Amino acid sequence: MTWEAVIGIETHVELRTDSKMFCGCPTGFGAEPNTNICPVCLGLPGALPVPNETAIRWTIALGLALGSTITPHSVFHRKNYFYADLPKNYQISQFDLPLCAGGHLEIDPGTGVRRVGITRVHLEEDTGKSTHLGGGGRIHDSDATLLDFNRSGIPLMEVVSEPDISTPDEARAYAHELREVVLAMGISDARLEEGSMRFDANVSLRRIGTSALGTKVEVKNMNSLRSLQRALAYEIERQTRLLDSGAAITQETRHWDEEAGITHPGRSKEESSDYRYFAEPDLVPIVTTQETIATLRRDLPELPAARRARYVELGLEAAAARTLVAGPLGTLFEATLAAGAAPRRVANWLTGEIAAYLNRTGGDAGSLAIDATGLAQLVGMIETGKLSSTAAKEVLEGMLAGEGTPEQVAAARDLLQVSDEAEIAALVAAVLASHPDEVARVGAGEEKLVGFLVGQVMRAGQGKADPKVVDRLVRLQTHT
Amino acid sequence: MPVDIDIAKVARLARIGLTADELAYYGQQLQGILEHAALVQALPTAGVAPTAHPLPMVNSFRPDIVEPTLDREEVLAQAPDREGPYFRVPPFLED
Amino acid sequence: MDPADLTIAEAGARLRSGDLTAVDLLAAVRRRASMTEAILHAYLTIDHDGARAAATAADVALAQGRDLGSLHGIPIALKDNMVTRGIETTCSSRILAGYRPPYDATVVERLKAGGAVIVGKTNLDEFAMGSSTENSAYGPTRNPWDPDRVPGGSSGGSAAAVAVGSALAALGSDTGGSIRQPGSLTGTVGMKPTYGLVSRYGLIAFASSLDQIGPITRTVDDAVTVFEAIAGHDPSDATSYRGGVPEVRSTLDAGVKGLRIGIVGELSGEGTAPDVAANFRATVDALAGAGATIKELSLPSTAYALSAYYLIAPAECSANLARFDGVRYGPRLAGRSVEESMSATRRDGFGPEVTRRILLGTYALSAGYYDAFYGQAQKVRTLVIEDFRRAYSEVDVLVTPTSPTTAFAVGEKANDPLAMYLSDICTIPSNLAGDPAISVPSGLDSDGLPIGFQVLAPALGEAVMFRVASAVEQSSGFTGRPALATSAGAA
Ligand SMILES: [Mg+2]
Ligand SMILES: [Zn+2]
Repeated sequence: MTWEAVIGIETHVELRTDSKMFCGCPTGFGAEPNTNICPVCLGLPGALPVPNETAIRWTIALGLALGSTITPHSVFHRKNYFYADLPKNYQISQFDLPLCAGGHLEIDPGTGVRRVGITRVHLEEDTGKSTHLGGGGRIHDSDATLLDFNRSGIPLMEVVSEPDISTPDEARAYAHELREVVLAMGISDARLEEGSMRFDANVSLRRIGTSALGTKVEVKNMNSLRSLQRALAYEIERQTRLLDSGAAITQETRHWDEEAGITHPGRSKEESSDYRYFAEPDLVPIVTTQETIATLRRDLPELPAARRARYVELGLEAAAARTLVAGPLGTLFEATLAAGAAPRRVANWLTGEIAAYLNRTGGDAGSLAIDATGLAQLVGMIETGKLSSTAAKEVLEGMLAGEGTPEQVAAARDLLQVSDEAEIAALVAAVLASHPDEVARVGAGEEKLVGFLVGQVMRAGQGKADPKVVDRLVRLQTHT
Repeated sequence: MPVDIDIAKVARLARIGLTADELAYYGQQLQGILEHAALVQALPTAGVAPTAHPLPMVNSFRPDIVEPTLDREEVLAQAPDREGPYFRVPPFLED
Repeated sequence: MDPADLTIAEAGARLRSGDLTAVDLLAAVRRRASMTEAILHAYLTIDHDGARAAATAADVALAQGRDLGSLHGIPIALKDNMVTRGIETTCSSRILAGYRPPYDATVVERLKAGGAVIVGKTNLDEFAMGSSTENSAYGPTRNPWDPDRVPGGSSGGSAAAVAVGSALAALGSDTGGSIRQPGSLTGTVGMKPTYGLVSRYGLIAFASSLDQIGPITRTVDDAVTVFEAIAGHDPSDATSYRGGVPEVRSTLDAGVKGLRIGIVGELSGEGTAPDVAANFRATVDALAGAGATIKELSLPSTAYALSAYYLIAPAECSANLARFDGVRYGPRLAGRSVEESMSATRRDGFGPEVTRRILLGTYALSAGYYDAFYGQAQKVRTLVIEDFRRAYSEVDVLVTPTSPTTAFAVGEKANDPLAMYLSDICTIPSNLAGDPAISVPSGLDSDGLPIGFQVLAPALGEAVMFRVASAVEQSSGFTGRPALATSAGAA
């Protein structure tokens, strides 16, 4: 392989504010077409934008989470291009003075943690949505287009990465991690299937060992992490073949076709140099003070990377930490820890039995019949020897089925382990008394028969005696 | 100062479908106006900050509060074409 | 006296004393319109039903003791670039033919809340681009002082309506002089407030950083009344000033004694018609006679203001007018694709002046030209502002003729955009600076056409501006009415 890919990703993230970026219309997904509209987001003559303060604060907060420098004097610009789903035929966006500049994101594509540089984070407004009639729903050959402006004006953050990514796996890990960050901050639903998080990627190839960048192709229309990964793999292979055959790469925008599994060239909007950016005269600059920055920094939640590191420090495997931070069970994990349970054991139950249960039933974490108190009690009962791990699985089953607290389930199903020394000692004494030969042979040094005697005691106790105690007492009584 | 104008490109960017005659007419007019406007270049402005806005205001925001929306029928009644609850337009050429 | 010839102050007094009802006042104004509109064409739309209902409601409210303020029952006209819910709003453009907005501009809400009776929508140069009200897709407005002449523009319809008495007051918008210059050419008072004092929400934008709504009235006192009614912070306009509206009425009659008044060499010399220049000097002399100190100043950057304006305004307008594409409102021309349809709709919908400015602005913002044109114009804007700042460290107000000439003939400058642009040379600098300015009638020229005198003040300096304007009004003793108004009144 003589080529390496140079990939930069532009991510658009819809913020989950109550109202839109520049007007008071609601942002909810799935409303009746053209009901969340007003003069501003419909681009009616005379309407004026007023920025949503929460959207600005959240964007700055994301910048802080990514280690960006917050622009002290930031400005909105008009980005001019005609498009039927863009009501004003310009998008209020940002140009040379974005809210946040620079920064980085730590990703773990499975080959070790590495940093991807962040170029900028800026704020803009989303467009409306178009549905193409006829021609199989495709743009080409359609008969007409229907427009719904509910999405028009929803606050949209754009996070631009440096071209620091070199494989589809890294791209996926980057996208995944960014999603984790905005979810942890609670600033976006980041639902890929609803389009509230979308990716565009710039891909070029260069000869390994060289630094000059090749011709860049922009790949659009990837609606999931998987399609991001697939599209990039396809595009890298396409470019590799072209370059290997001595052909040149055309600078263009290509669209990912999920069904066909290929990218194809799109007839593009204006060239980027034709956007005629200029400072939005309907708005005034955004000045962010050090106090605001300090407040936003203070209010940042624990970010996924820090949380994973904390879990590893608590003794979790890296994989379990990743699963808990990314998955739906992280909250339950935190609550169970707070209830005083042993981290590693809780993590094992959550990533093992409970995750499998969710998988099997297709339910979500919120619908589980088990809560932090119950789970902490269950783990506690294992620790104190009240339950064997086998019995604990059965207790958990009962708890998940809504049969009550671990004590109730264990009692009802008669699964409590006997740890009482006197009780077990009596049992041991009885078994030893009925096996004098074996006891003698152990006394003569035939150690392996200890296991046999323990097994006999366990059977006599119907499996409920604590094996550790049984083992100790058997050894004690056969060696005296 | 002579000004060089690709008037066809300017008209395309502005989405105004002018005829060849109209392009020539406006091209010539712009030439004249821009030569006059180019006077601004005569003023030395090294070190001068641009003014985008006359009033030195900053941080004009609104709280994140939902406000009433428009009545869809009243809005769609103004549309040149509609289909059900949607605005309808001819097919897109570009994507 | 015909109620259509009353000032707001006079009409208000008679409404409150019971001498006059709002319904009768509206009828008088409507009668005046019906006798003059065929000649003037000041209005694009007259809202018969809405105005009658508002006048009736105003009478009922007064009878019940609910007085909504100085505009209660007063018939007012609106330039047709301010949106009115359910009432056709076209900006004098074919591209908005038949458009009925689903909302009211903030100024409209304020007028209604203040009990005003909105008579209708007045003619303008298409999208407020022009200085003669000839660039209207629905035909030009004529000057009531001489129908062969233009009323100025772009608020020509509003100015003509007030001059002739088919409204007691009107709102105009001023981007480069579009209130003051028609005020000057029609013998009315036209005032542009400090940028940000009057909400632009619902004003169909021409150039967002320059546009400002203001009153056109018969007297300075009436201008104050309308200004007070429409000014004030609006949360729907992010460029709306939050620091409060200057109090202006208490010093209105304080005279000019002790004030320092500046004359700008660059704005009152060459190109000014002899009668206008003579009237200007006489008015300045009168102010000096009333105790003001007169000082001659130089604002060197104003020589470049016109060029800067003709880059900034078109650049902003090229984006502001991009929304008119035949997708959501307005007429649409067919096309095989939406792109083709938009291009056809915009070619057909915009008149030549609008097309010219959109192209100009698109070019000025283009890659490779931005720095040379738009960027440089914004720096010139800074220099103009600095010139003003220096001047206001030495004087309280600046004065100039409003327009270098009185009303010119219809068609005279229609095919010479540059000559037309030059008629705004005295008014443009205060739009670039965002400062307030007012034009007050100060006499007639040898053809019997009104001459306007302009008073400029620093940002938020409305009090001193109105105070000097009021002194000019008194010293000039101008009470002239156009022949068309007096003949219609007599009939
Ligand atoms: Mg973007
Ligand atoms: Zn809205």
